[in-house]
Amino acid sequence: MTEDTKFHHGDAPNNAAPIVEMKDIEKHFGNIIALAGVSFDVKPGECHCLLGDNGAGKSTFIKTMSGVHKPTHGEILFEGKTMDFSSPRDAMEAGIATVFQDLAMIPLMSVTRNFFMGREPTIGRGPLKRMDVARMNEITMTEMRQMGINLRAPDQAVGTLSGGERQTVAIARAVHFGAKILILDEPTSALGVRQTSNVLATIDKVRKQGIGVVFISHNVRHALAVGDRFTVLNRGKTLGTAQRGEISPEQLQDLMAGGQEMAQLEGSLGGTV
Amino acid sequence: MSDSSPAVDERLKSEGLGARIMKRPELGAIAGVILVTVFFLATADAAMFTTSGIINFMTPAAQLGILAIGAALLMIGGEFDLSIGSMVAFAGLFFAAATVTFGLPLVIAIPATFVFAACVGSINGFIVIRSGLPSFIVTLAFLFILRGLSLVGLKLATGGSTQLRGVRDATEGDWLAPFFSGDAFGGLFAWLAEKGIVETFKNGNPKVPGLPIEIIWFVIIALLATWVLLRTPAGNWIFAAGGDSNAATNSGVPVRRVKISLFMVTACCAALVAIITVMDAGSTDSRRGFQKEFEAIIAAVIGGCLLTGGYGSAIGAFFGSIIFGMVVIGLTYTDFDQDWFQVFLGGMLLIAVLFNNAIRKRVTGER
Ligand SMILES: Nc1ncnc2c1ncn2[C@@H]1O[C@H](COP(=O)(O)OP(=O)(O)OP(=O)(O)O)[C@@H](O)[C@H]1O
Ligand SMILES: [Mg+2]
Repeated sequence: MTEDTKFHHGDAPNNAAPIVEMKDIEKHFGNIIALAGVSFDVKPGECHCLLGDNGAGKSTFIKTMSGVHKPTHGEILFEGKTMDFSSPRDAMEAGIATVFQDLAMIPLMSVTRNFFMGREPTIGRGPLKRMDVARMNEITMTEMRQMGINLRAPDQAVGTLSGGERQTVAIARAVHFGAKILILDEPTSALGVRQTSNVLATIDKVRKQGIGVVFISHNVRHALAVGDRFTVLNRGKTLGTAQRGEISPEQLQDLMAGGQEMAQLEGSLGGTV
Repeated sequence: MSDSSPAVDERLKSEGLGARIMKRPELGAIAGVILVTVFFLATADAAMFTTSGIINFMTPAAQLGILAIGAALLMIGGEFDLSIGSMVAFAGLFFAAATVTFGLPLVIAIPATFVFAACVGSINGFIVIRSGLPSFIVTLAFLFILRGLSLVGLKLATGGSTQLRGVRDATEGDWLAPFFSGDAFGGLFAWLAEKGIVETFKNGNPKVPGLPIEIIWFVIIALLATWVLLRTPAGNWIFAAGGDSNAATNSGVPVRRVKISLFMVTACCAALVAIITVMDAGSTDSRRGFQKEFEAIIAAVIGGCLLTGGYGSAIGAFFGSIIFGMVVIGLTYTDFDQDWFQVFLGGMLLIAVLFNNAIRKRVTGER
């Protein structure tokens, strides 16, 4: 049993079968090798942190998990069965929701339309089948409020939101639709203190509901606050996976920097990178 | 965790009706209609705004408008189709050949024409999606290919002529014909004439025998397209696909399917115009639909569509087409030289683009 912190309450069930298992994934873009054999899995109710330097291949990796990229080599098992997502829509229908690093938002469209893009709830039947706009607006406002952001109006265009507000819409959307796996690619990079702690608390909440969370961050303290396992990527390969409680912040930070010494830097920053 | 915040944000100024209207894409086109109406009220013969005068300019407006609404949907979805004018000629040839050369009844010829057009549209879309090339260049190629094929096909079907006649004889009396040609509500107009509400000839017949069928199609298609855009998931997908196809794909929108469908819809709009105008004229020729692609795109842009996609409205294209019809026909009611029409059109387009750009910045909060 590891210690509980403000954002981590109770360990994930250790013996559960993984929801998604990625085996020896390789991804090449032309002559660029972005991933050179990465294995990774997510169990229900755990938060698996994916860490690494810029360009290590984290985003590319989670994009193969969410159906954006087809892996050049390797196998993806979803609930034990070989899975071949041909589009993000397939992955979504399987219950995988993703906050992409670029957020995947359309600036010209309203918050509500963005929130439900691709998964619009409808009412009526036959030729009268239409979007349930009232319900869509209400859900959007409620979900955003739970994230600590009060939208001015649900029909506001996303282009007029601040960077952090935009990021929060993407997170709220993924949390709302993430039935089995929630993937967050640097979700807190633009967030304020209160919103960040809301996101970390939300991760802990959905984790306890049995959803598997993949959390990418450059911030060691955020990762340690919610993570159960930590996998470090470097130049397209895994440097290793550590359990919660097995690794100190300093060790993790060194690994994330590709194993290079960070002592000097840390000294001048007072250890609070 | 959850805040107990007020339902209404104090940072939101209450927005008047005026400000809300200012954000609608079709605003420019509606303002344009008013402006053009005022202009012609001041300069044109009073006959322009009688029932027959209105029908006079609404008929070409409707024929263009059916194309323009298709073009607008496609533009909102982020693509262009420069081949719709040629598509009108090509579909016209197909339809005329089906009815005259093969003697098929309309109940077969019309669906076949739509299926044929949809296939050509899907080829357009498929090449654009597969190659990743701008639709501008792919459909420009089809502008020439389809126009050329129409010429060659016409010569084959007629033994050397570029006009295929006899559609009227071939389709006369067909029970489907009234849905695609002639006038509707003849009885209503006769009744209105009797009551003295519309103008009549000396013999008591109304000057306008009915509402040309294309105007009814035009209104129905505008309403349908607006419903789809604003109220259905498909509409959300069209906006998303045009706004940022990558973000839309990543969010689970089937962007390829949406775009190919839009190319098919646009081609079917061209086919509808072809069927209506060919039945009306009783013949088809190789110049049918000439340069209509540009006029349709202009009407869509006047209607508030952004050239970059993701923004626009079908109602806007509806009013854009009416402006077009009013200007083309309206000048004949004035003392101006008719050739001012092109100057007028170019000017409208320029103003519309500048205006749309400003609106877009307002909506996205861009500075
Ligand atoms: N579509 C692509 N085409 C070519 N190269 C790519 C493509 N996508 C990613 N790469 C390359 O793959 C490598 C890994 O990129 P990736 O975005 O996965 O890094 P990351 O770990 O997410 O970095 P960051 O922390 O900066 O987000 C980079 O060197 C990048 O240049
Ligand atoms: Mg990244």
